[in-house]
Amino acid sequence: MTDVLLPVAIAVPLVAATLPIGLGLRYDDAGWPVAAAATTALAGLAAAIVASVARGDRLSHALGGYRPPIGIELVADPLSAAVLALVAAVSLATLVFVRVAGPRGNPFYSGYLLLVGGLTGMTLTGDLFNLFVFLEIVGISTYALIAADRSGASAYASLKYLVVGTVGASLYLLGVGYAFLATGTLNMLDMQAQLAQVGYGDPLVRASYALIVAGLGLKIAVFPIHAWQPDAYQRAPDAVTTIVASLVSTASAYALLRVSYTVFTVEFLAASDAITGTMLVVSGASILAGSVLAAMQSDLKRMFAYSSVAQFGMIVAAIALANETALLGAAVHLVGHGLLKFGLFLGVGLLAFGYGARRLEDLASVAREAPFTAGSIAVLALALVGIPPSVGFLGKWYIGVGAVESSLAGGGAAGIGIAVVIFVSTLFTLSYVARLLERFYFAGVGLPGDHGEPAVADGGTGGDDTAGRDDEAPEASPRRVSPVDGAPTVPGVPDRVPPASLAVLVAATLVAVALGFAGFGLAEWFDPFLTEVFA
Amino acid sequence: MTTAGLASVVSAAATATGPVEILTTRHAYVAFALLLCIGLYMMIANPNLVKKIVGLNLFQTAIFLLFITSGYVEGGAIPIVPSGGAETGTYVSPLPHVLVLTAIVVGVSLTAVGLALCIRIYDEYGTLRTDVLRELLRDEGSIPERADLGTGGSNAPDGLGGESDD
Repeated sequence: MTDVLLPVAIAVPLVAATLPIGLGLRYDDAGWPVAAAATTALAGLAAAIVASVARGDRLSHALGGYRPPIGIELVADPLSAAVLALVAAVSLATLVFVRVAGPRGNPFYSGYLLLVGGLTGMTLTGDLFNLFVFLEIVGISTYALIAADRSGASAYASLKYLVVGTVGASLYLLGVGYAFLATGTLNMLDMQAQLAQVGYGDPLVRASYALIVAGLGLKIAVFPIHAWQPDAYQRAPDAVTTIVASLVSTASAYALLRVSYTVFTVEFLAASDAITGTMLVVSGASILAGSVLAAMQSDLKRMFAYSSVAQFGMIVAAIALANETALLGAAVHLVGHGLLKFGLFLGVGLLAFGYGARRLEDLASVAREAPFTAGSIAVLALALVGIPPSVGFLGKWYIGVGAVESSLAGGGAAGIGIAVVIFVSTLFTLSYVARLLERFYFAGVGLPGDHGEPAVADGGTGGDDTAGRDDEAPEASPRRVSPVDGAPTVPGVPDRVPPASLAVLVAATLVAVALGFAGFGLAEWFDPFLTEVFA
Repeated sequence: MTTAGLASVVSAAATATGPVEILTTRHAYVAFALLLCIGLYMMIANPNLVKKIVGLNLFQTAIFLLFITSGYVEGGAIPIVPSGGAETGTYVSPLPHVLVLTAIVVGVSLTAVGLALCIRIYDEYGTLRTDVLRELLRDEGSIPERADLGTGGSNAPDGLGGESDD
């Protein structure tokens, strides 16, 4: 009877979403406790689901008792269980930061829980139209949350996201409509069988897949259609960015992976060179452009937002390669990147909360003031570059190896091209991460009270490898990062950030590093999914 | 039943060849394509945010039209089978109707959120035209990081021209 867990996991956050508004009539701050209880329950359910998937079960539940080809099916396999675990963990952990950083108010928590419920639904559904509904639930709540701090700029960024995101979801719906026309079914597994009968060369089927890829590509924010994403991430309140950046695009990429392999299958991808070729070119451009644009930013949130464009480019490329190793890389990177971005945006949010600074220039030598926060950001950023041992390395490694393998197996130059692009992008990633490390650890040489060089020498030493950023600010000594008034203190460490959030950040960092040692474990975890796909 | 009906629609669509024939027999599909393109064009080309949302609605309506058309069966009856009655005769496929009903609900909520955001933007800036908004946002020093667009925006094709990218 464990399959009942699936509808319950979706229902808990969705039903709980009504409570903050309802209880808000009587209690002013009912939102956070309700959200905390619901996400804790979700975490428990997710753990139970992961445990039973780990035992080798494939959980499946027919909603309302209608059997799958007609009714809606909920499914949990290793891939969806992994993404579900990420969703549950991140949504619970983000609440810790929301508690101190806001946005406050009961309606916010309703939106938050709707978002969590939608994300859970996206990971668990086995029905294409149901996936569209959850995609839109996620979309609508994200638009609302991004505008939650009531500033005009965030409303504009959110509206832009709304227009582009809705076009994306509508294109997805159109693609599903075409596939429905071709097969007459909406269940993923049933459609897989029906599509094989219709034939993969059918124009309707190809158009359907192309529209789905375009639609989800808009949602994922791959390069030419990414323009909504940096603005949305930058303008959103810090706590919202933390959850949106780590989960929303991830869920869309998961949907693309799921639709590509469970519905359209490897054979279809192999038979549609034009589509996969286009996907590879677009994702290659995405990897490069995202890294280059990220290296040009000085706002930390914007920098990591562009970095997401590059990282999701890698995942889309791995999906298009249709190679077992690359697909493993895509699955690992999907979860790993979500975790890294959660930690990074949480760290950036903490620095903004405790020190009021969110631009690279304003964070000179912040590692001296906040060693644990800065250290965690540094480790996570290095993981993003792909320095082993870290989960970021594993994902990139598998995708890169898979790309080369697909070329060696006669897949043409595309695989090698992707591998080269990933390598170049890693160098760019290293360049902006190095800038960040330089700022955090070395820019403050000569600060008053420092044991280093006297203040006169700092302009030269600091500006060595920072692309001239230091030279254009010829102060006698860099402005010292100072905590904002009333910044919280953490017992035992000098960081002036909220203690619980700092603990979460450090924990996320440790998990990201620890997962780096679990390469074989992860490969084993995703193995049932991969064998099913490449059977 | 559903599958057979749809398959016949698809195969009939494949046999209709000449442009005139397509116009006369497949006008619903032509209308779908037209509405889709008009909606998309409105979203991209119109500088007014509310009209962008109107375009968005048009775009979605086109997709609803496709679904409804796909469920139509020539001479089909309303798909209600009386209890105990035999399931004979031709019915239109009810599934697309249900899907469209759901999609309409989604579309209404999206429009509501979009218009709410428009109200907020109008309150803040007193305009709904994207070109004016762009200027205002660029001049606005009160919002942090906006100055960054001077360096970041000129190099990066992001900035505020996002909606023309789709």
